Amino acid sequence: MSAAPDRDESDAVLRSVMPTGRLKLRSVARGIAPCIVLFWLVMALIGPWITPYDPSAIQDADLFEAMSWKFLLGTDYFGRDMLSRILAGARYTVGIALVATLLSVGSGLLLGLAASAIGGLFDAALSRFLDALISIPSKMFGLVVVAAFGSSIPVLILTLGIIYLPGCYRMVRSIAVNVAALDFVTVARARGEGTFYIMLREILPNMIGPVLADFGLRFIYVVLLLSSLSFLGLGVQPPEADWGSLVRENIGGLPYGAPAVIMPALAIASLTIAVNLTIDGLFGRREGVA
Amino acid sequence: MNQTIGRLLLSRLVISLLTLWFVATVVFVITNLLPGDVAQTLLGQSATPEAVAGLRKSLGLDLPPLQRYLAWLGNLVTGDLGQSLVNRQPVAALIGSRLGNSLILAGVTALVAVPLALILGITSAVARGSLYDRTVGAGTILVVSVPEFLVASLAVLIFAVHLKWVPALSQLGRVDGVLDVLRVFALPVFTLTCVIMAQMARMTRAALIDALSSSYVEMAVLKGASRARIVLYHALPNAIGPIANAIAFSLSFLLGGVIIVETIFNYPGIAKLMVDGVATRDLPLVQACAMLFCGAYLVLVTLADIAAIFANPRLRHQ
Repeated sequence: MSAAPDRDESDAVLRSVMPTGRLKLRSVARGIAPCIVLFWLVMALIGPWITPYDPSAIQDADLFEAMSWKFLLGTDYFGRDMLSRILAGARYTVGIALVATLLSVGSGLLLGLAASAIGGLFDAALSRFLDALISIPSKMFGLVVVAAFGSSIPVLILTLGIIYLPGCYRMVRSIAVNVAALDFVTVARARGEGTFYIMLREILPNMIGPVLADFGLRFIYVVLLLSSLSFLGLGVQPPEADWGSLVRENIGGLPYGAPAVIMPALAIASLTIAVNLTIDGLFGRREGVA
Repeated sequence: MNQTIGRLLLSRLVISLLTLWFVATVVFVITNLLPGDVAQTLLGQSATPEAVAGLRKSLGLDLPPLQRYLAWLGNLVTGDLGQSLVNRQPVAALIGSRLGNSLILAGVTALVAVPLALILGITSAVARGSLYDRTVGAGTILVVSVPEFLVASLAVLIFAVHLKWVPALSQLGRVDGVLDVLRVFALPVFTLTCVIMAQMARMTRAALIDALSSSYVEMAVLKGASRARIVLYHALPNAIGPIANAIAFSLSFLLGGVIIVETIFNYPGIAKLMVDGVATRDLPLVQACAMLFCGAYLVLVTLADIAAIFANPRLRHQ
């Protein structure tokens, strides 16, 4: 896999970082993480309505102002309130990433189940094709698609969905093939149940945990790739702005140490790290995950 | 070198070549799927149909797709990368003028990152479970789960804004003396090193811990061998294969990182060239750069696999 393949290990590493003696610290981290994830999910829904200022209105302030009580996170290169722009941007970063992840995990699940049920040439051809697709680095794939089609939100969602489909497909297929060899599936088949019924009622319930954990990990990859594309100016296009675009448009303030550059980047980091810790908390011992 | 290894190597190389061909096909298909075409985009909406038809003919767009695909593949193999749509210069010349800069950046980063990562990985594997190991572990996890541009911005904030050791942007134009070279490369190399070192150190640590938990190491412990002797003479030689695999694989992360780093530091390398090409939708340039990057990625991944083949003792002594 092209993007950080052994993040699955993070749980084991987390356990070694915070061993049992520090159980408190670990449970505190795991308690806070889901709250941060929930906070950003809520902001994606209601963010634009609770901003302290109009995110696109130029305020009576200097450019790249530092943090103050009036502008909690300072102002951007136009003198707009940064906190309002980050809250409004949550809709794009979280929303696009969520839809793209749903798309890739959903179709990965469907194709993986279908491949294991149908088998034969269909399975072999699909597996080969998707395996080969992994050999294109994810950023490269994104750049080529944007060069050919231009950048719009539907194109971004579709591209991100396709890039992370093969990973999910692989996992679903390998679990499905293993589960299908177990006794209760043989029994169901002997009872005369149809393939569709077996897939839905016997095999699917046995992979809910791994699939949900995989969903979280793909979500992190998608957020990082989307932010990178937007940071390069090839993702979400102005006047709309996700967190990656916010970093890009304010990059001129970096030599002055403006919070406008760092804050959106920290928002991304808070989201990805919190999702990572949440998965670890929910699926603590992820032995089942391929 | 025996027959099994030879056969494995050969089949690995064949698979790599087939994959490269597949990648080229995907790149061609994506860049030719668009219903409207490049000629129209280039000339704009107000162009006469005759002008568009003329340009299509001169770009070869009037030929059937299969014929264009074969011609494109043929040109790729012979090194003819076509002409930039934006400034009419040969793509090969554009890439040639920038390739050196990127290779220097990647080379310097590898020279810094590989030894550092090995030291971090080996020491934390030896001191497994200690505060040092846990700190390194937490740090590397943190670096791999945040975007590269956050690492870069923090580096600029700390080293350029607060400490004022280095300038914020690279300017290759006026470089005189060793000190200037250091100042230009410091931040890009630092950022890239952080990004790939984290991955490499974690994989090195895992490989060495694997070797340290084997029964021959337990035997050495029981015989009373010293700690240094156990690590350096017993565990490390057996972990070299997996570690080489980790190094080659982590270096492939350079490709993703270099795109962000060259952009944020305004470094005149090939990744910046490609990003600019994507922004102006200069398809021949983007195709060539994409093939170059995917090719480099495949080479590194293949090297990692070859290291893994050589690392397998069951294959070595057959």
